[in-house]
Amino acid sequence: MALMLKGARLIDPQVGLDEVADILIRDGKIVEIGHDLKMEKGQTRDLSGKIITPGLVDMHVHLREPGYEQKEDIESGTRAAAHGGFTAVCAMPNTDPVIDDAVGVEYIKARAKEVGHSRVIVSGACTKDLKGEILSDMGFMYEHGVRAFTDDGHGVQDAGMMRRVMDYASQFDCVVMPHCQDDSLVGEGQVNEGECSTRLGMLGWPAEGEELEIARDIALCRLTGCPLHIQHITTARGLQMVRDAKAEGLPVTCEVTPHHMFLTEDDIDDTYPTSLKVNPPLRTPDDAVALVEGVKDGTVDAIVTDHAPHTDWEKDREFELAPFGMIGLDSSLAAVLTNLVHTDIISYDRMVEVMAVNPRAILRQEPVKLEAGSTADLTVFDPDAEWTFEISDIRSKATNAGFLGHSFKGKATDVYVGGYATMEDGVVCEPGI
Amino acid sequence: MGNNSPNVKSVCMDAQDIDRAITRIAHQILEANKGADNIVIVGIITRGDLLAKKLKERIKEIEGVDVPLGALDISFYRDDFMTHFAPEVHSTDIPFSIDGKIVVLVDDILYTGRTIRAALDALMDIGRPAKVELAVLVDRGHRELPIRADFVGKNVPSSSDESVRLFLEEVDGVPSAVDILEVETGQRAGAAPLQLKKGE
Amino acid sequence: MGFAHKHLIDIKEYSKDDIMLMLETASKFKEVNERKIKQVPTLKGATIVNMFNEPSTRTRSSFEIAEKRLSANSLNFGGSSTSTVKGESLSDTVETLCAYKIDMIIVRDKHAGVPRKIADLSGVHVIDAGDGKHQHPTQALLDLYSIWEEKGSFDGLNVGIVGDIAHSRVCGSLLPALKIMGANTVAIAPPTLLPARPDVLGADEVTSDIDGVLPDLDVVYMLRVQRERLEGAPFPSLREYNELFGLTRKRDSLMKPDAIVCHPGPINRGVELDSFMADHPERSVILDQVYAGILVRMAALYLLLGGSNDGIDA
Repeated sequence: MALMLKGARLIDPQVGLDEVADILIRDGKIVEIGHDLKMEKGQTRDLSGKIITPGLVDMHVHLREPGYEQKEDIESGTRAAAHGGFTAVCAMPNTDPVIDDAVGVEYIKARAKEVGHSRVIVSGACTKDLKGEILSDMGFMYEHGVRAFTDDGHGVQDAGMMRRVMDYASQFDCVVMPHCQDDSLVGEGQVNEGECSTRLGMLGWPAEGEELEIARDIALCRLTGCPLHIQHITTARGLQMVRDAKAEGLPVTCEVTPHHMFLTEDDIDDTYPTSLKVNPPLRTPDDAVALVEGVKDGTVDAIVTDHAPHTDWEKDREFELAPFGMIGLDSSLAAVLTNLVHTDIISYDRMVEVMAVNPRAILRQEPVKLEAGSTADLTVFDPDAEWTFEISDIRSKATNAGFLGHSFKGKATDVYVGGYATMEDGVVCEPGI
Repeated sequence: MGNNSPNVKSVCMDAQDIDRAITRIAHQILEANKGADNIVIVGIITRGDLLAKKLKERIKEIEGVDVPLGALDISFYRDDFMTHFAPEVHSTDIPFSIDGKIVVLVDDILYTGRTIRAALDALMDIGRPAKVELAVLVDRGHRELPIRADFVGKNVPSSSDESVRLFLEEVDGVPSAVDILEVETGQRAGAAPLQLKKGE
Repeated sequence: MGFAHKHLIDIKEYSKDDIMLMLETASKFKEVNERKIKQVPTLKGATIVNMFNEPSTRTRSSFEIAEKRLSANSLNFGGSSTSTVKGESLSDTVETLCAYKIDMIIVRDKHAGVPRKIADLSGVHVIDAGDGKHQHPTQALLDLYSIWEEKGSFDGLNVGIVGDIAHSRVCGSLLPALKIMGANTVAIAPPTLLPARPDVLGADEVTSDIDGVLPDLDVVYMLRVQRERLEGAPFPSLREYNELFGLTRKRDSLMKPDAIVCHPGPINRGVELDSFMADHPERSVILDQVYAGILVRMAALYLLLGGSNDGIDA
């Protein structure tokens, strides 16, 4: 079955492509890219006015399955991913049970194959049950395809244990992705320590609680040689440490979220909006500016959502009792287009790098390029579509979105995974990759 | 607004009329109570307390007796607190016991009777007087409760779309008078607020 | 003209005039509280729910007395009967209360922001009786009242607040309120008991040297050392705290002759206050503060529940 995508602007910095052309797809691969392509039989889609890029990858997503299906499951989470323009997501292992052995990995892969609307890249825990005490079955998980290990949701508190994780992981072609949080500094912190914590009378989550572990893990990267990817970095100083580590030549990468770039602690007003309670917390406007600068100058490798769904009744609580996290898959691309691309802070090329190219590279996935022979994982978006983010725009089970009410310019319209549509004209297709 | 402002329909008492009425009421009180021995005077804030002061002075001139004088604020006793509300509260100041006394309650204008109802309740919470008598400068009718005055300066027939107001030189800065004012639709025909200055 | 506010949740929403009106009104309730029949019918028919989701004896008693003296119907809701203990959400609890057709909720909760949430959910009047480490506006008002009675004015008054400012909802309201009223404020505490940004609350000056500032203070406000919040050990011992930050007899000579001492209670004698200071006949206004609590709470109920027209028919 062949598919012809006609008339869209094709953008892929990997092959230096930025022009209006047609793409011919057959058997899940791109067969040809060129002008006025002809096809004997098959489906043709006119995508004039749209932009096509290599399929976007969100390398930090909580699908909550197994164990927390009331919040989200693989079907609903990947539905939101497809709706937001993603062809693949990397699922975090803090499920119940924790994905810390090969059985868990196979479960996710099997469920994703059955019900997924996108590819699901499985990450495994660094330590058993995320407790920071005993190594997880890294080798077995590696044999079952895992290339990224993380205790996301928790910092590995003991430096010696983190060294063991990275030492052990360094024998595999994989990356260790820490969630940097020193519990002895963070404690019961609810919001950024400073103006916000004082104003709202809640315990602070200090920047240093994050920066201390970033510094430590960079040192351990130097010691062990294990590739390191700092998750959801939020502070200017933390980012500077990554910048310095890169200059030193260490295998260090990092990611930021749209909410840490486009929302700040100032948005948490005296209504105590629990949808803005995230971990790490929203920081200062200065930090947000520094993160954007990091995306621009190349220090930031990936933009991720840290999509963290919770039920309405869990979030509709006292701020201090509500769980951390906001969803982001439905709004990430639109937020980046609106706040970074249309404002000329970054180019489309740079956006493709941080949302498609780099995440695949960091996760040791086969590259997807707009050239003949490449897997046909493609994202199509209308760069000019103007819309306001409402609950009805959410395809996740959860509605704890921090950007509700925001006006966006740009929206994914079609997504292809392995040559098959997972979304067409804004409508997510039935599952099964 | 005031005597000469356009919504003054008529002046029903001037300063001299007021003064004569107070003198007459003073005599009536002394006559009815056979002297001033057991009498205390309590004026209802705001305006009644000022008249009460004049009354006390007049009684002293006539009888040579200093009758105790108190001021009663009825804010906490009003029956319309939840719907009609003025946040300014004045202080009740009755620095003597009213137990067993004849309390002469003084107000400026007697209208629906609701203020007097509130004042009676307030008095009863303060003590147990032997008797309460009511003295008003003007009775304009339109009672909504079974209340009547014992001493009245002047009966002034009025309609409910009029407001009858007492202005006093010492607080309003204009010659004392009782005026009948026209009330605009939607306004309430109440007592003049103390802050109201004539001519504003 | 009615009162400008529906709720008393964030003292920062109140202007200087609003607060002055509150204090003036409170002073008018002294007459009621000092006679034999200490009750007026003002709030007859109003239903007030005292929703205390955290143990409280003083604040709750003070509110209850204020309600009773204004003839309101009050319902105590909370303690061990709290529905949250049974797993009910705050929203469901509030909706249930509203189905009783109530007029006001007075809420104490250990979590910040709960009064605002209840106000948004319920539509009835809400008074914050202390939310987590955030605010406690009626405490601030009673403190202001006591200071006002003693000093007559706030302009240029030097007020020092000593102690656990980091965990104090009293400070969360009192510091901004003092700034609104025009006072100068000094936060005095060991650095371990200071919030990240004392200036955000309204502290003009921050110091750990009480003796250095004591000679300038007109009001010394001693906060309670909250023994239950000391697991993190922000100072080595109560003895050392008393030595460095306690208002001891020996510090009396450093103080202005007319300086007064306030404390929100209950007092830890020998920790933040010596008995000499706590019971000092000229300086201590601590019991006046307790009385002021009744007066300002009556005033708050009166002003918030009052209507909006300009007087009754004569």
